Amino acid sequence: MVIPGDVIETHGLKPGEGTYVEGGKVFASLLGIRSEHGGYVDVIPLTGRYIPRADDDVVGQVVDLGPSHWLVDINSPYPAPLHATESPWRVEFGETSHFMDVGDSLLARVISVDETKRVQITMRDQGLRRLTGGQIVEISYSKVPRVIGKSGSMISMIKSYTKTQAFVGQNGRIWVDGDPKDVIHAVRAVHMIDENAQAAGLTDAVEDYLAGAYGRKEG
Amino acid sequence: MIMVDVEPVEKEIQLLDANERRLDGRALDELRPIKIEAGVLRRADGSAHVEWGGNRVLAAVYGPREAHPRHLQDPARALVQCRYNMAPFSVSDRKRPGPDRRSVEISKVTSEAFSAVVFTEQFPRTSVDVFIEVLQADAGTRCAGITAAAVALADAGIPMRDLVTACASGKIAGKVALDLNKEEDNFGDADCPMAIVPRTGEIVLLQMDGHLTEDEFDQAMKLSIDATKRIYEMQKEALRRRYSTVAFDEPRAPAEVSA
Amino acid sequence: MSAEVISELMREHIVKLVASGKRADGRVPEEIRPLKIRKNYIGTAEGSARVNLGNTDVLVGVKISTGEPYPDTPRSGVLTTSCELVPLASPTFESGPPSPTAIELARVVDRGIRETKTVDMEKLVITPGEKVWVVFIDIHALDYDGNLFDAASYGTLAALSCAKMPGRMTGGADKPLPVDHWPVSITAAKIRNTIVFDAALDEERIADARLTVAIDENGDVRAMQKGLSGSFSYDEVRYVISTARRLGNELRRTIQA
Repeated sequence: MVIPGDVIETHGLKPGEGTYVEGGKVFASLLGIRSEHGGYVDVIPLTGRYIPRADDDVVGQVVDLGPSHWLVDINSPYPAPLHATESPWRVEFGETSHFMDVGDSLLARVISVDETKRVQITMRDQGLRRLTGGQIVEISYSKVPRVIGKSGSMISMIKSYTKTQAFVGQNGRIWVDGDPKDVIHAVRAVHMIDENAQAAGLTDAVEDYLAGAYGRKEG
Repeated sequence: MIMVDVEPVEKEIQLLDANERRLDGRALDELRPIKIEAGVLRRADGSAHVEWGGNRVLAAVYGPREAHPRHLQDPARALVQCRYNMAPFSVSDRKRPGPDRRSVEISKVTSEAFSAVVFTEQFPRTSVDVFIEVLQADAGTRCAGITAAAVALADAGIPMRDLVTACASGKIAGKVALDLNKEEDNFGDADCPMAIVPRTGEIVLLQMDGHLTEDEFDQAMKLSIDATKRIYEMQKEALRRRYSTVAFDEPRAPAEVSA
Repeated sequence: MSAEVISELMREHIVKLVASGKRADGRVPEEIRPLKIRKNYIGTAEGSARVNLGNTDVLVGVKISTGEPYPDTPRSGVLTTSCELVPLASPTFESGPPSPTAIELARVVDRGIRETKTVDMEKLVITPGEKVWVVFIDIHALDYDGNLFDAASYGTLAALSCAKMPGRMTGGADKPLPVDHWPVSITAAKIRNTIVFDAALDEERIADARLTVAIDENGDVRAMQKGLSGSFSYDEVRYVISTARRLGNELRRTIQA
């Protein structure tokens, strides 16, 4: 674990995210874990707000709208405009509120983020839609990879035990829907990962909880 | 010198005894006991609590978030806005709620100190809001506040060049002394709070009032800078303790950095 | 306070949940979150208490000094209650003069102390017309997760119960501040047709109406305050009162400890 200002040993790798260069040396700019990937040494943050990247799937909430767009909060410092042309519907000028209103939740994908951090999102893609029913759980965005698991193994396990629908947003928001009894178990499993009381054996701990709740072990 | 609460004391106060021991038993170069804890509040993005001698200070960070009012937004960078506030019960003579001129001044110099280390260009149009609440005061509250706020900023995941560490030194009974408490600040001869970027030695906050010769000033700064090295370790230790049980064995592959 | 956009999806989720007798944090409707009180938390105050009600965190400080009584009440001490909803406690709290919420909270807590004679103002007189004890109650929110009313009220009562009138101001010894009654405040929130007690933030945000009731150690009603724009039926009000009486008895033990 590194803290802002700590020296980062690069071993010849290039300085990546979460680092900065000063006087020929590389330092951490974030509180996180040193990690190597693709020729770069990065600091993966352990905390902090979600910063949008292109191709991220996100769970958003409409906070404002205009005649030809909605303004969507994606749990990041920057609200994301969604243009009517990027929605799944044919929206006439001034009719945006007929399709989605302030307070509505939706699944979207980030198209682009420019250098000034202006974000564009879209709903015109497979599986993206306005959400009704179910509930949304917010977790620390740094825990999202663990909720997804290696190649999606963790979230698949949770879904298969609880027979729920789930969509994990890279922005730390997770939508879960299904039978209320099952949703409670799925949400509890997600909270276990977010609270992350133990580093090792987390997968087993979650599986034990789910197996206990459903009285069986899945393959 | 802090004039927050001036008690009408008639008695003669001896700040140093014959063995150069202070009122609370410390030597001239001794720090008061300090305890730092990170991540103490739920709503805030980052937080820290510092107990420093008789001081108790809570710091919280929200951000980066949209800067309001709109007209204050900087299109090129994040604002760093720090608000220092003392609770009415934090001092002997109750302080009326709300900012007084001293709080406004401390807020300003603290904002400037953190602006020197935060990578503000990474978050245009936003504000990083830092709140320091002094719950109990015993002189040195701005140093305790800055020390707490730096931990809160790291806890909030704000990108920075380094933490910031603060400490004050002054002069009591003619001798240069580290980390004055309330009596020493009220009846001493000088007080000099300082905040430093530990790795580079850059001084990002410096204030002084009283009377120091150049030589005494050098001595005071040396005492403070030495002390900040120890306090810096405590700040880092507090962050390590907070995050020590968190593993991260599935790092998300960062996307190629665009443009 | 600045407005937050409420998720309609989550509103419906919580409405359905409470209607089926469950709450998001696993409680049942008549359940209060764990209450932790640390008295004498602040050394510079004459009395103080830090209250954790679930994740809601409030610090109350009592400062006592001497001063002149108000001209029209020469045989009465002075008591003033203030509340600061500092921005540190919530992204929705803004700096600046007290909001209507902060003022309402301070006034409700103040009435809960004054009108109930929890502290008898006439016992705070040193020399009638000249010198009386002056008590300041300052409520400082630290972390807001719903139900500041009750957390502030418990903190105030706890802080008063351990407060000392400083002897140095009268040339005598420190004396405990006389606390004669123990009114415990319980706040109920109505979500559609379900009433829940000690609403957490997600419940409070979607509540239609709110009713705070203070019951004293004899089971008598000492204060009430209804808030928000919904309504309660008369039967619902009676239900809140009787539940508050039962819940208050358990809480009173924690506050008095």
